[in-house]
Amino acid sequence: MNAKQSDKVATGVLYLMSGTIVAILALLLLYILWNGIPHISWHFLTAPAQSFEKGGGIGVQLFNSFYLLILSMLISTPISICAGIYLSEYAKPNRLTSIIRTSIEILSSLPSVVVGLFGFLVFAVQAGFGFSILSGALALTVFNLPLLTRNVEDSLQSVSFTQREAGLALGLSRWETVIHVILPEALPGIITGMILSAGRVFGEAAALIYTAGQSAPPLDFTNWNPFYIASPLNPMRPAETLAVHIWKINSEGIIPDAKAVSSGASAMLIIAVLLFNVLARYLGNKMYKKFTGV
Amino acid sequence: MKDYSFDETYFLPLDPKKHEIALSTEDLNVFYGTNHAIYDASLQFERFKITALIGASGSGKSTYLRSLNRMNDNIASAKVTGKIMYRDLDINGNGIDTYEMRKHIGMVFQRPNPFSKSIYDNITFAPKRHGLKDKKKLDEMVERTLKEAALWDQVKDDLHQSALALSGGQQQRLCIARAIAMEPDILLLDEPASALDPISTSTVEETLIRLREHYTIIIVTHNMQQAARISDYTAFFHLGHVLEFNTTKEIFTTPKVQATDDYVSGHFG
Repeated sequence: MNAKQSDKVATGVLYLMSGTIVAILALLLLYILWNGIPHISWHFLTAPAQSFEKGGGIGVQLFNSFYLLILSMLISTPISICAGIYLSEYAKPNRLTSIIRTSIEILSSLPSVVVGLFGFLVFAVQAGFGFSILSGALALTVFNLPLLTRNVEDSLQSVSFTQREAGLALGLSRWETVIHVILPEALPGIITGMILSAGRVFGEAAALIYTAGQSAPPLDFTNWNPFYIASPLNPMRPAETLAVHIWKINSEGIIPDAKAVSSGASAMLIIAVLLFNVLARYLGNKMYKKFTGV
Repeated sequence: MKDYSFDETYFLPLDPKKHEIALSTEDLNVFYGTNHAIYDASLQFERFKITALIGASGSGKSTYLRSLNRMNDNIASAKVTGKIMYRDLDINGNGIDTYEMRKHIGMVFQRPNPFSKSIYDNITFAPKRHGLKDKKKLDEMVERTLKEAALWDQVKDDLHQSALALSGGQQQRLCIARAIAMEPDILLLDEPASALDPISTSTVEETLIRLREHYTIIIVTHNMQQAARISDYTAFFHLGHVLEFNTTKEIFTTPKVQATDDYVSGHFG
């Protein structure tokens, strides 16, 4: 076989492999959407879930998922940006830095169910937060932080070294250079990473079963005082999310229309995650254009 | 390449009464870890003149230039010993505010490195950070520096366009404008034209010759014709040693040191 033929064969094999991956993904998506979309209606998306009868919705779970997501992003974003800036711009290549990096690697490879049990012991039991949105948000932060930090660090590192030199040579301090030159340039990458990780967090179930809990008490959408027990904003209430709901009705659900609810909820989850991905691409491109003007 | 003696050197003495010295180094040594990169470099740079640093790749000319405004501070393994005298002050000393010092000693790099901001913001960004807020003054500064860098006519209608949309030569002139917006005394240029095409190179050279009226310029260059065209003095670097310092005319016509002679006549490098 000559070089030209072997190149053709290799190209063919690579096409086949990539094609298989795309086909599996497409089949999976189509299957879930095909089964689920017929069950999605305005009533389904807004009504509270039923425990024994048919006709329940996923309104509360949907709200819980978004609220939990926002809360955990609020906690993890500032921490990950600071940690990422430290690792990328300030950390000297020494023992301490390599310990931090190794810890982050290990943390990012922890199975989410282990993070969930850890969250249960530390946040729900020891700290006394119980099964609550707060416990869930903290567990998700533990789950998400290492990946976010890595994303921030990588995005900062991808900004050319010559930009840092440019700032320093103009008499700017390292901090000014990082905040006003490097960070804005890295921002599109950081935002894209944040939204993608939001998608991952949105679909997370195992870390939440023992932290945010598996019950979704009815919410009073007329009272937004966060201290009121049935308020949607109360961070101390248990909050079953969409992903946990799917897991629960499939494992121990006794509602007659369990299959329909589960299909509808799965489709909704997939649609949300897809939207996150599209948004990430769109915003990433738009911000890149805005900041670089190209 | 022959082995040249590092003891065969020639340094043109500059009479301080006739030549005002803007910057000088005394026994400057630079180390990267265990690698000794510059040996006892003592040079003087006359005010409002262009001094070219020439030498083969790895001769240490860029390393030397980067230590003049202490850009080597950012490299953890780098160590610079010796004196760098600027206005009777050893700026290689410990108590020096390097950020303040770099306002007086500006630098332009080998690859054009404009910020990914607009042309206007590229120039005004650092002065604003240093406290200049007056819009009118900033506008004037942009016009003045872009004119000095011979870029104004080409960009005056697109000041708020991204600097990254400019060509390489325009970007480099923008970087020069950005550096002189700080109104430095001294401008360090590290092979500023090596990434540019011949036409852009000659524009940058014309810019530098004009800038000599107001700035002391020290330029590292690979290109001997360039050194001959624009500089008043030339220092020849070889393997971390400065072997000759003389007027550019002398260096290129009657060099005093054999190594310089061989280098400028193209025998190595």
